[in-house]
Amino acid sequence: MAETIGFLQPKQAVITRRREIVADLADLLPEGCLISDERGLKPFETDAFIAYRRMPLAVALPETTEQVAALLKYCSRYGIPVVPRGAGTSLSGGAIPQEDAVVIGLSKMSRILDIDLFNRTATIQAGVTNLNISEAVSADGFFYAPDPSSQLACTIGGNIGMNSGGAHCLKYGVTTNNLLGVRMVLFDGTVIELGGKALDAAGYDLLGLVCGSEGQLGIVTEATVRLIAKPEGARPVLFGFASSEAAGACVADVIGSGIIPVAIEFMDKPAIEICEAFAHAGYPLDVEALLIIEVEGSEPEMDAMLASIVAVARRHGVATIKECQSAMEAAAIWKGRKSAFGATGRIADYICMDGTVPLSQLSHVLARTGEIVARYGLRVANVFHAGDGNMHPLILYNINDPEDAARAEAAGNDILKLCVDAGGCLTGEHGVGIEKRDLMLHQYNQADLDQQMAARAAFDPHWILNPSKVFPLEGRPAA
Amino acid sequence: MIVHFEPASEEGIATVVRAVAADKASLAVIGGNTRSGLGNPVRADRVLSTRRLSGIVSYNPAEMTITALAGTPMREIEEALAENRQMLAFEPVDHRPIFASSGEPTIGGVFAANVSGPRRYVAGAARDSLLGVRFVNGRGEAIKAGGRVMKNVTGLDLVKLQAGSHGTLGILTEVTFRVLPLPPASETIVVSGLNDAEAAAVMAEAMAQTVEVSGAAHLPESVRGRFLEGGLPDGAATVLRLEGLEASVALRAEKLANAVGRFGAVTRLDGPQTSKLWAEIRDVKPYADGTKKPLWRVSVAPSLGHQLVAALRLQTGVDAFYDWQGGLVWLRMEADPEAELVRRYIKVLGGGHATLVRAEDGYRAAIPAFEPQPLAVAQLSERVRASFDPHRIFNPGRMAAVSETATMEHGRK
Ligand SMILES: Cc1cc2nc3c(=O)[nH]c(=O)nc-3n(C[C@H](O)[C@H](O)[C@H](O)COP(=O)(O)OP(=O)(O)OC[C@H]3O[C@@H](n4cnc5c(N)ncnc54)[C@H](O)[C@@H]3O)c2cc1C
Ligand SMILES: Cc1cc2nc3c(=O)[nH]c(=O)nc-3n(C[C@H](O)[C@H](O)[C@H](O)COP(=O)(O)OP(=O)(O)OC[C@H]3O[C@@H](n4cnc5c(N)ncnc54)[C@H](O)[C@@H]3O)c2cc1C
Repeated sequence: MAETIGFLQPKQAVITRRREIVADLADLLPEGCLISDERGLKPFETDAFIAYRRMPLAVALPETTEQVAALLKYCSRYGIPVVPRGAGTSLSGGAIPQEDAVVIGLSKMSRILDIDLFNRTATIQAGVTNLNISEAVSADGFFYAPDPSSQLACTIGGNIGMNSGGAHCLKYGVTTNNLLGVRMVLFDGTVIELGGKALDAAGYDLLGLVCGSEGQLGIVTEATVRLIAKPEGARPVLFGFASSEAAGACVADVIGSGIIPVAIEFMDKPAIEICEAFAHAGYPLDVEALLIIEVEGSEPEMDAMLASIVAVARRHGVATIKECQSAMEAAAIWKGRKSAFGATGRIADYICMDGTVPLSQLSHVLARTGEIVARYGLRVANVFHAGDGNMHPLILYNINDPEDAARAEAAGNDILKLCVDAGGCLTGEHGVGIEKRDLMLHQYNQADLDQQMAARAAFDPHWILNPSKVFPLEGRPAA
Repeated sequence: MIVHFEPASEEGIATVVRAVAADKASLAVIGGNTRSGLGNPVRADRVLSTRRLSGIVSYNPAEMTITALAGTPMREIEEALAENRQMLAFEPVDHRPIFASSGEPTIGGVFAANVSGPRRYVAGAARDSLLGVRFVNGRGEAIKAGGRVMKNVTGLDLVKLQAGSHGTLGILTEVTFRVLPLPPASETIVVSGLNDAEAAAVMAEAMAQTVEVSGAAHLPESVRGRFLEGGLPDGAATVLRLEGLEASVALRAEKLANAVGRFGAVTRLDGPQTSKLWAEIRDVKPYADGTKKPLWRVSVAPSLGHQLVAALRLQTGVDAFYDWQGGLVWLRMEADPEAELVRRYIKVLGGGHATLVRAEDGYRAAIPAFEPQPLAVAQLSERVRASFDPHRIFNPGRMAAVSETATMEHGRK
């Protein structure tokens, strides 16, 4: 397709030295940890933002922090760009490489290092998957709260890169609120530790800056995260509405009434149909919009909370209320929701927007989103984290039709601008990557971005780490 | 303190900063100046107060967010919240009792100092509630970071960086933060007679229960009488707070009391007593005694707090009580601050950090108030600081151990 998003010009000096660089990198790594043949590189040319692809120079899969340090030291010495990578599930192109870049993938660093139930922490290597953390402590009655729908595949390193969220973040917060410390390697190979089991480390909150920095400040090799005691019980309940606007208004009112459920997820009719066909979760098919509201606690507590929520929903003319009768039904409800993107992918190509808006604007933005997409002659399915205003319109299109793809991108841009204009932001949890990079000036002015870039340069003075991402290619400081 | 500038607008602040930069001078930033005891003493040529930059800009209770100018008095924020039965999740400490200072703390000062109280270890610190800021950097530019929505990963999170930077990365002019509904009910379970080590184990046990404890503190016998006008039962008091809907709290209290009953005598405090007790814990009541005896705020893993205190006791006169499940130690020294000893023991035990919150002026000038950092982190912090304040205008000396030692060591090499 015609690409509208550019990458930095590859450094010819690096590309011409490719053979030498590959040989040098091989010396820094154990056998079997470097990929440089075309077939081997192919799986790394994109992430979940599949409309864009670039073959990297090489892929290094180190096994230790020391090896990561040696790789970075080498790359910064020769000005070779580096793209950190976890599982490559980024939806914004955060992990897409470029022709002159070495991908450093953390997949081999997948050990759980320490589980400390007294202090309720887990220390894991960056390549451990999100779900593995919860599974490792589940039998003891604990879990790790942020739960992106991609949790089976995505890594804690990638979660930190994107400050990822999930359905249950309404109550427990996103990655940054659950991250206690990291061990990371800076651009020149220096290894540092930030935070740890003691809260609120002295000095500047560098940990807070690193979280969500999209691989631009260093490579995280280990992380310490907070564990939480599992609730006694949890109950998702389905609320069906005759219009998206009514459902949106209900969300704002539930939160406004002082109740904070664990999760409030939203699906519109197209999303309900797609997910139901895939997961057979028992979603009502005769409504225009569905809220999955989950409460947790003991049985009487859940009853009390639900009673208040039902009262609010009735004020908004709720059409159907469906409480699940068993753990199996509850699991099916979440399976349907968490497989929404995959299920959509079976019927069409899609790009997923991620703008966040203040709750009072939900209904308005939903309605306008529908109009925008219709104007471009496309279809949209909305399935998102409504409780914190984090919208995910999935714009359906055909990736093999360049005009369709261009229209989808344009519609997406219009929707994101709409979110910013409604008092929100471009991305709530998927990151800027390349996807929203050129929209940054819609949310910030140049002075704001200059300050961010100055802070970035304090970590990576020569811009070798994931350099094509986040900041518009124009207006960058001279290297 | 002589205040030289009191701009009433962000543009006014930017103008002052540019002028100060042009003069190659430095600038101390104060809000209510109630925490000037905090951090190392500032040596600045001029003083700017945010006092006139005051007022709530917008507050939409249904969205649970407030935007306020940085000089807004905390009292005004708290009154607005109370009217809507909402609260700050992070329970900011009122430092006035410890420092015996007067004046009105400001919302900007609270975020600049990342001030957080008992609920911090379950609900996050001030930094976790802060959604967006406006600030003037050292070039005199007005900068926006973050926004007013809960979830936002658009660009680098400069908001977190501003929180806790003690006015060394810019002057906050406006802050937007999240608030929470006030829990309709609360109760405290008191377990009496435990020693520090037993208390740590009981608090860990309580945190593993499915009852959502929102405060876990241990008040040894030496301080117990200072709380609730001596109203806590005899013996050391290990206190566990529950908050939530009326029905929930009652059920959970029952469940928790049963779970911890085997460790010691259990009593229960009602809502009003609970509010009073936790405000006293938050404001460090036992050591707000009008003295300037050295006071440390130590943050370690919860399992290490009591071990640290036990080790120090063998060497010197200390008194202590614990919050955050045992991980926050308020440590009052009898005589000398013993900075070297305190910090060495923390390292030996497994790491953490000690902040010198209060001490005689002589000590404050000599001892880094904030935990000195490893060289690589200190150098990185110094580069970060320089990216906000290239001319070194703001609060020179305030976070001495964080950045200035780095420059010194760097220079020596
Ligand atoms: C079906 C599907 C559902 C999804 N659902 C959600 C959801 O509910 N919530 C949500 O927030 N996201 C969701 N995502 C997006 C994605 O899964 C997250 O962004 C995830 O955190 C990426 O993790 P990863 O390991 O795949 O990282 P990658 O995609 O490999 O990398 C992500 C970014 O982090 C950087 N990075 C990776 N590892 C490191 C490291 N060790 N050190 C430094 N930087 C690093 C990369 O350079 C890149 O910028 C979904 C994606 C898909 C495909
Ligand atoms: C060494 C030390 C340790 C401390 N530790 C803690 C602690 O752990 N927990 C705690 O709750 N309190 C602590 N304090 C106290 C805390 O600083 C104050 O309680 C709080 O900041 C008071 O608000 P204020 O408006 O009176 O601030 P002030 O006393 O006026 O200022 C406090 C700090 O914030 C800066 N500041 C104020 N307004 C702005 C602004 N608009 N923009 C940028 N910077 C600004 C000041 O320069 C100063 O560094 C500590 C104080 C010191 C000196």
